[in-house]
Amino acid sequence: MSILVNKHTKVITQGMTGKTGAFHTQAALDYGTQMVAGVTPGKGGTSHIGLPQYDTVAEAKAATGATASCIYVPPPGAADAILEAIDAQMELIVCITEGIPVLDMVRVKRALQGSKSRLIGPNCPGVLTPNECKIGIMPGSIFKQGSVGVVSRSGTLTYEAVFQTTNIGLGQTTAVGIGGDPVNGTNFIDVLELFLADDETKSIIMIGEIGGDAEEMAAQFLIDEAKKGRKKPMAGFIAGRSAPPGRRMGHAGAIVSGGKGDAESKIAAMEEAGISVSPSPSLLGETLAEVLKG
Amino acid sequence: MNVHEYQAKELLSRFGVGIPAGIAALTVEEAVAAAKQLPGPLYVVKAQIHAGGRGKGKFKELGPDAKGGVRLAKSVEEVEAFAREMLGNTLVTVQTGAAGKQVNRLYVTDGVDIAKEYYLSMVVDRGTGRVAMIVSTEGGMDIEEVAHSTPEKIATITIDPAQGFMPHHGRAVGYALKLTGELNKQAATIAKQLYTAFMALDCDMLEINPLVETNDGNLLVLDTKMSFDSNALYRHPDVVALRDETEEDPAEIEASKYDLAYIKLDGNIGCMVNGAGLAMATMDIIKLNGEFPANFLDVGGGATTEKVTAAFKLILSDPAVKGILVNIFGGIMKCDIIADGIVAAAKEVNLQVPLVVRLEGTNVQQGKDILANSGLPIVPANDLGDAAQKIVAAVRKVS
Repeated sequence: MSILVNKHTKVITQGMTGKTGAFHTQAALDYGTQMVAGVTPGKGGTSHIGLPQYDTVAEAKAATGATASCIYVPPPGAADAILEAIDAQMELIVCITEGIPVLDMVRVKRALQGSKSRLIGPNCPGVLTPNECKIGIMPGSIFKQGSVGVVSRSGTLTYEAVFQTTNIGLGQTTAVGIGGDPVNGTNFIDVLELFLADDETKSIIMIGEIGGDAEEMAAQFLIDEAKKGRKKPMAGFIAGRSAPPGRRMGHAGAIVSGGKGDAESKIAAMEEAGISVSPSPSLLGETLAEVLKG
Repeated sequence: MNVHEYQAKELLSRFGVGIPAGIAALTVEEAVAAAKQLPGPLYVVKAQIHAGGRGKGKFKELGPDAKGGVRLAKSVEEVEAFAREMLGNTLVTVQTGAAGKQVNRLYVTDGVDIAKEYYLSMVVDRGTGRVAMIVSTEGGMDIEEVAHSTPEKIATITIDPAQGFMPHHGRAVGYALKLTGELNKQAATIAKQLYTAFMALDCDMLEINPLVETNDGNLLVLDTKMSFDSNALYRHPDVVALRDETEEDPAEIEASKYDLAYIKLDGNIGCMVNGAGLAMATMDIIKLNGEFPANFLDVGGGATTEKVTAAFKLILSDPAVKGILVNIFGGIMKCDIIADGIVAAAKEVNLQVPLVVRLEGTNVQQGKDILANSGLPIVPANDLGDAAQKIVAAVRKVS
């Protein structure tokens, strides 16, 4: 088992004829993902890297039976692309694009409410279930089928967690990058719920960073679930302990402001929820191994 | 992106928001001319810098008893004297840091008879993913302090983007400010105007502190702070035109030309990393090993020779840097190509400080071989922990 995506998931790419979209669609095909089509307005009826192109998401979905879409559309058109996918009732929408205006995402977030779609991202590396399905830009070579669920706000720190859990032989069920923007589609809680419900996922790594209170909310969720008897061994990391307040650290959402969103309060909340928080990003694998030893 | 108070007020007035009359001035002469155009007899001379706390700030070059960055003048002559004292001098406030900021612009405004002060701000609330309006009867104060000591005096009104700002939102603002009758209606109007401006201009944050009730029963924006979503600036050329680069760090402006995310910090180990999360984590691990990072620098996904060269130049433009740690998790990019870029860049900038490089990902061994055979004193590292220990040891040896 895995979460969100597996070998049966049929995926389309929105913005496939661009350089980035074409490159990563090819990499997903090489990984064995069922990439079935691309959507590029104006190029319907043509073919690109061997895949049929459609003018609209609705057409592509109707023709291929795809249930997931991966978006590489540049920022000015990205929110529109997400809204089109929601409108077409695409079940899973993964938006890789970085730099979408936050008020565009406010409108997207509202459109998601009551819809049939789940959005991962934006500004994220995507979702990957080893040997089955890769949506987005994660490097497939570092993954290994296994038992750890990985969820992270940061792309490259996701890779660290994946790489280290591969090296210690545990492997992953699914890795989910939820993205570094302040307003996103799927939060820690949503993904943690899926990992808790997935029988194959025996342990979880959660990687957060400064800014907002998503980690604190997730910690409270885990405490509440543990009271109901739902609990899995967890290791974690928070990036940005050394970041100065008031400065945006690369990610639009990574900012300590108004005395909120600092690393220490997140670490304290996560530890209170029973997560073993690693002091160093290079010790994620070891930290999890220690937890599993008990 | 931030703008000056006078620019923010000019933008708000386009949406009908009431502001006191005022004119910006770059010289003493302009300040005097501005005062002469205003009705008087009271004027306010306000230093324009991108930092709060100006009123309580102190000028470095003036004595400790000198007045701050916001001064009430009772005549045109006094405006002239104040302008002379403020322009060109350095204002230190709680938000500028000890170095302070040079005052290059003034805003001369009409004096206002204040009956009461209120607070109103707007941000995107991350929890709900909606725009939230935060209002308080405690105007003119540090709102974080109010939130801490008297949270019951703060009301938050969240606006559903599908409906926009409705009359009930406006009434809620008025009641939260304990206003009735005509003033309640004025509060509702101004709140709607501010929401419209926030959405139309892609604001990141809009703070009115204080919003004042005048003795003759009007609500005016007395001071405001406004910042804009940098991701949305492409659709607001009129806002971009207001950018004052003298308020920004020259190194950060240079970095943005190469699409590098760079923030200068106070330590002595320069960092170059791909990915914002990993870049923060790299800073953290340097600190964990007892030294401090000199910067945050995310080179992004495509660490090309050109970008790496620009990044090295930026890092080395900081004289405090005693060593550099490069941490790249290749992922899709191949390590040998990244290694070629690092070697070429190190040669081009004639690197003189210790360089520790940690590469991970595809073709990692070829990458390490390229670094080892470069003829340059590059120290390879096996993982992030190893890299941090090596760079800390190297800079301690130097100093």
